[in-house]
Amino acid sequence: MIRLLYFASLRERLGRGGETLEANPGSVAALRTELAARGDVWAEVFGEEQRVLAAVNQEMAGTDQPIGDGDEVGFFPPVTGG
Amino acid sequence: MSEISQEIAIEVRVQSTPLDPLQEVAAVSTGNPAIGGVVSFIGLMRDLNQGQQIAAMTLEHYPGMTEKALTAIVEEAASRWRLLGIRLVHRVGEILPEDPIVVVAVASAHRGEAFRACEFIIDYLKTRAPFWKREQTSDGRTHWVEARASDDQAAGNWKES
Repeated sequence: MIRLLYFASLRERLGRGGETLEANPGSVAALRTELAARGDVWAEVFGEEQRVLAAVNQEMAGTDQPIGDGDEVGFFPPVTGG
Repeated sequence: MSEISQEIAIEVRVQSTPLDPLQEVAAVSTGNPAIGGVVSFIGLMRDLNQGQQIAAMTLEHYPGMTEKALTAIVEEAASRWRLLGIRLVHRVGEILPEDPIVVVAVASAHRGEAFRACEFIIDYLKTRAPFWKREQTSDGRTHWVEARASDDQAAGNWKES
C-alpha cells in the first residue's frame, strides 16, 4: 500500500487531493506510467513530456527513486514560493 | 550534528498569520556578541505580475515536507559558510499586496558570509521548497503562477564545482 498526495494545480485538475494504492508500482517512473494509463486528464497530467515533480516521504525524488511499502508519494507542479 | 551547527541559532517557521520582518531581524541580531553583521531579505507581495493587476494571492504548501525542505536549505547554508544565526520564516494562506511573504535573516561575524548565505537561501527556496502561488486578478479570476526559468538559473549558480 502506498499513499499519494496531489498539490496545487495538479490537485485541481485531477479533482482529488490524494488516494491510496494497494499495489506498489516500485518506482516513481513506474507510478507515473500507471497513473498516465488511466487516460483523460491523468494522461495529460502525467504524460512523459509534462514537468511534474515528485517527493517520496517528503523529500524531492527523481524518476528512478524506488518506492517502498507504506511510503508517501507527493506529486506537484514546479514550485513558486518566496 | 557537527560542532558548527550547534553554535548557530536556527529558526525555521511556516505561518498563516501576518509576518513581522523587523521582529525576525531583531531576533537574529541579538543575544550573541560575536555577531558583526546581519543580512536580510524580505519578500513582499506585488500588485502587478506580468502585466496583470493582482488583488490577492493564496499560498499553498505541502505541510511536513515544507518544514523539512526549508530546514535542509538552511543546514546547507550553515555547512557552506561560517554563520552565527539563521532565521527563515514563510507565510502561507491568503495574502494581500504589500504583505511580507518571506523573511531570510542571516547573522555572521563578517558581512561577506551573511550576504552570500542570504542570497543562497532565497535562491534555493525558490526552486526547492514546496510552495505554490495562486493569484487573483482584479476582475476576480484566479490562476496558478508559473515557475520561472530565471529562478532555476539563479539556484544553479550555487552548485559547488
